[in-house]
Amino acid sequence: MRAPSDKDVAAGDVLLAIENVSLSFGGIKAIRDVSFDIRKGEIRAIIGPNGAGKTSMLNVINGFYTPQQGRIRFKGKTRSKMRPYDAARGGIARTFQNVALFRGMTALDNIMAGRTLKMHRGLFWQMIRFGPALREEVEHRRVVEEIIDFLHIEHIRKVPVGRLPYGLQKRVELGRALAMEPDLLLLDEPMAGMNLEEKEDMSRFVLDVNQHFGTTIALIEHDMGVVMDLSDRVIVLDYGRKIADGTPDEVKKDQGVIDAYLGVAH
Amino acid sequence: MDILYKIFLDPFVQMGQAPDLLVQTLWEGLVSGVLYALIALGFVLIFKASGVFNFAQGIMMVFAALTLVGLHEKGVPAFVALALTVLVMLVLAVGIERLVLRPLVNQPDIILFMATFGLTYFLIGLGEIIFGGEPKVMITNELYLPKGSYEWKALGGFVSFQKIDIAAAVIASVMVAVLAVFFQKTRIGRALRAVADSHKAALSVGISLEQIWVIVWFTAGIVALATGIMWGARSDVSFALQILALKALPVLILGGFTSIPGAIVGGVIIGVGEKIGEFYWGPLLGSGIESWLAYMIALVFLLFRPQGLFGERIIERI
Amino acid sequence: MFYREAGQYKTTYAADMALFPILQDRIGIALILLVAFLVVPLTMSSFTLSAVMIPMLVFSLAAIGLNLLTGYTGLISLGTAGFMGVGAYACYKLTTWFPGANIILLILLSGFAAAAVGAVFGLPSLRIKGFYLAVATLAAQFFLSWCFVRLPWLVNYNVSNAIEVPTRTILDIPITGPNAAPVTRYLVVLSIVVVMTFIASNILRGRFGRSWMAVRDMDIAAELIGIRLYRTKLLAFAISSYYCGVAGALMVFLWLGAAEADSFNINQSFIILFMVIIGGLGSLIGSFFGAALIWVLPIILRAAPAALGISIHAATVEHLQFMIVGALIIFFLIVEPHGLARLWQIGKQKLRVWPFPY
Repeated sequence: MRAPSDKDVAAGDVLLAIENVSLSFGGIKAIRDVSFDIRKGEIRAIIGPNGAGKTSMLNVINGFYTPQQGRIRFKGKTRSKMRPYDAARGGIARTFQNVALFRGMTALDNIMAGRTLKMHRGLFWQMIRFGPALREEVEHRRVVEEIIDFLHIEHIRKVPVGRLPYGLQKRVELGRALAMEPDLLLLDEPMAGMNLEEKEDMSRFVLDVNQHFGTTIALIEHDMGVVMDLSDRVIVLDYGRKIADGTPDEVKKDQGVIDAYLGVAH
Repeated sequence: MDILYKIFLDPFVQMGQAPDLLVQTLWEGLVSGVLYALIALGFVLIFKASGVFNFAQGIMMVFAALTLVGLHEKGVPAFVALALTVLVMLVLAVGIERLVLRPLVNQPDIILFMATFGLTYFLIGLGEIIFGGEPKVMITNELYLPKGSYEWKALGGFVSFQKIDIAAAVIASVMVAVLAVFFQKTRIGRALRAVADSHKAALSVGISLEQIWVIVWFTAGIVALATGIMWGARSDVSFALQILALKALPVLILGGFTSIPGAIVGGVIIGVGEKIGEFYWGPLLGSGIESWLAYMIALVFLLFRPQGLFGERIIERI
Repeated sequence: MFYREAGQYKTTYAADMALFPILQDRIGIALILLVAFLVVPLTMSSFTLSAVMIPMLVFSLAAIGLNLLTGYTGLISLGTAGFMGVGAYACYKLTTWFPGANIILLILLSGFAAAAVGAVFGLPSLRIKGFYLAVATLAAQFFLSWCFVRLPWLVNYNVSNAIEVPTRTILDIPITGPNAAPVTRYLVVLSIVVVMTFIASNILRGRFGRSWMAVRDMDIAAELIGIRLYRTKLLAFAISSYYCGVAGALMVFLWLGAAEADSFNINQSFIILFMVIIGGLGSLIGSFFGAALIWVLPIILRAAPAALGISIHAATVEHLQFMIVGALIIFFLIVEPHGLARLWQIGKQKLRVWPFPY
């Protein structure tokens, strides 16, 4: 979608590295000394039983939570504290477990909101609208319509998202994240609450985004079938600790993982 | 330089020069603080138990006081009038539950908040039609509330403590204690807290929302009545008192929207801060700064502690 | 049947995003503007213009201002009247300092004073949310009210502590002051309100509008897609206060012709809030509906007993107003929390499929 610049990380190199991160809320230790990396262009799954700290991990990457210890290295720059705005600006986008859409707006407006960082026309032009501001709107509308096309949600683009069924809401949220043209896309249980058909659709979308746009993806997922099919590498968390890190096959065979999970695909 | 002296030194010099005035001011502040706290208490009750910020608490107070005085004017003996007013507050609570709260169950809090705006205006209109708009005198004698004052000669002058103020402080403390115990220890208190957290969840465990709300608004009505009596005893009962109820907001900010003891602490801080500020710094700025000083104090507090002194820290989860 | 969009294709995105994409809407707005600019001044009496139309427009503008902040950005404000007052007094000072300058220009400039004050009182919005922010705006309201009473500089040391609006002309026609004709004043107010509503609508359809609504709906998610919360909120305060400031200046200069220190008190703030609630939070047209209802209702109520032949005491009528407005608010919140604007939308929807039920 855009021409690569030489600030970009080459495919295969480490895009994001989590180094010895620990996070606690009061007395609860959500993440204990976890380190891993995500390579550019891969699909990295983060799995683990409930309460393992997976969502907290994404929140740390996003800048929503600040870890008490450890550092995050993204695109070569190391930080101990990332602010949400910097994460967004740096090219990190995400979706949420409980669908964090803007309920007062239509699907189209939600996805257009994802283009905010790329829109620059100031207040004066916005007031007049005719001219530069309108041209900018149309230009970004064109991009958004491509995303809508890609996700097959043309028929609901003018519907207020509060009225959409859950599966479609998740698609709109994915669209909003894609609108940011992210380098790293964080997906928090994108398949949750979906039936088989919807899961297949969403899996296809995730794969397409990765292969077509080259977006690096980190996803939290419970459905083992999905994880094994989609991901290049997997990291397993349990009670805030990393207990396995490798390809899906390696992880599947790891005794520690089996113990933690009972290893049943559902 | 002169300005700096005036702001940062002179008021304290004045305080030292006339310590009896200082104590008097502190006392006045404490008393008005207690009265603010009583209003705030009504807010806290309803907020704690139903999650609604009852903007109409002030007008309920005026309405209760007017009912009491109005009945007495018609010749009803004082304590009978008191009992009847309690009954009126019960009827009011039932009416509010039926007509305002029940249709709006499960709506977001902001809608309920705005509904209480509507309720306020409605009660103002109704009150003015029933009772007329002139200020009335509270029937302190008939209720056996103490009159007169104690004079304490000390600190180079004297400090006077109005007996009615002492009575107000005592009554308020008793109310706070009783309500605090009620919420923490009793079954109904638990149910009230459950309702405040989530209507749906409370319904699903079989708590009758209607009953709870009537109980809560009735209790708040009683508190409003007590507050109205106390306030009315110090200055006449009129609709102007209603706006003073807004002062409860800074109190709630300091004390937290759900803390009963916090209402007292917040009230005292605001009351004392306001009186001291107005007396010693007021002349610098011109008179009348008490109209906004309380809010500014609260605002400054909020900047350092966005959830108030006693409020629960809001952890947002996504 | 009348409102069917079938057959109206949009071939460009610009056409799809236009303000009135549907032909019937375009005809409708053209008619409304025609009526407003031509029919009303020619047919309505001076009294109706002065006492009904002009105030309705002024309050609509203030309601739009409040709606931008509370309805679109989700920041509750109880300081509307205070900001209106800032605009009014700023205009007065400006016209004292520059007696020869174009009064309309000065009115538009005075909005900036209100915007600045609004931004200052919006500063706490970074740390404070929801009800707590409402208290900050209350502080603003009470503080500003106090200033209006206590700063004689504002009224040029006038003994009566009130503004008396001087006569100002454009092309030798008096626009403000005792000689200004109601028709002139009405047309000036109408023009300003129409232009400012159009500008508001433009801003709302663009990236600022979306950012505001995102902040309102879920500010955490808004942050994570790159919206700068603080700037967005401050901008909302500034622009909202600008609108309120201009409304305040219009109120004093083109409607009342005078102002007392108490004209911009907390009750005024509540009234405008009610207009926004009843009209519909987050709706520009709702602001007009709400202003119309809340302003016109008391007038009707006052006239009704006489018209019906019943005699009710004037004071009682006013008390009844309070009761009816209060009951109306509750009624609307129960029946349609989104206000008259939603009812209007539902009406249009019914028109679309009429004569079929759905």
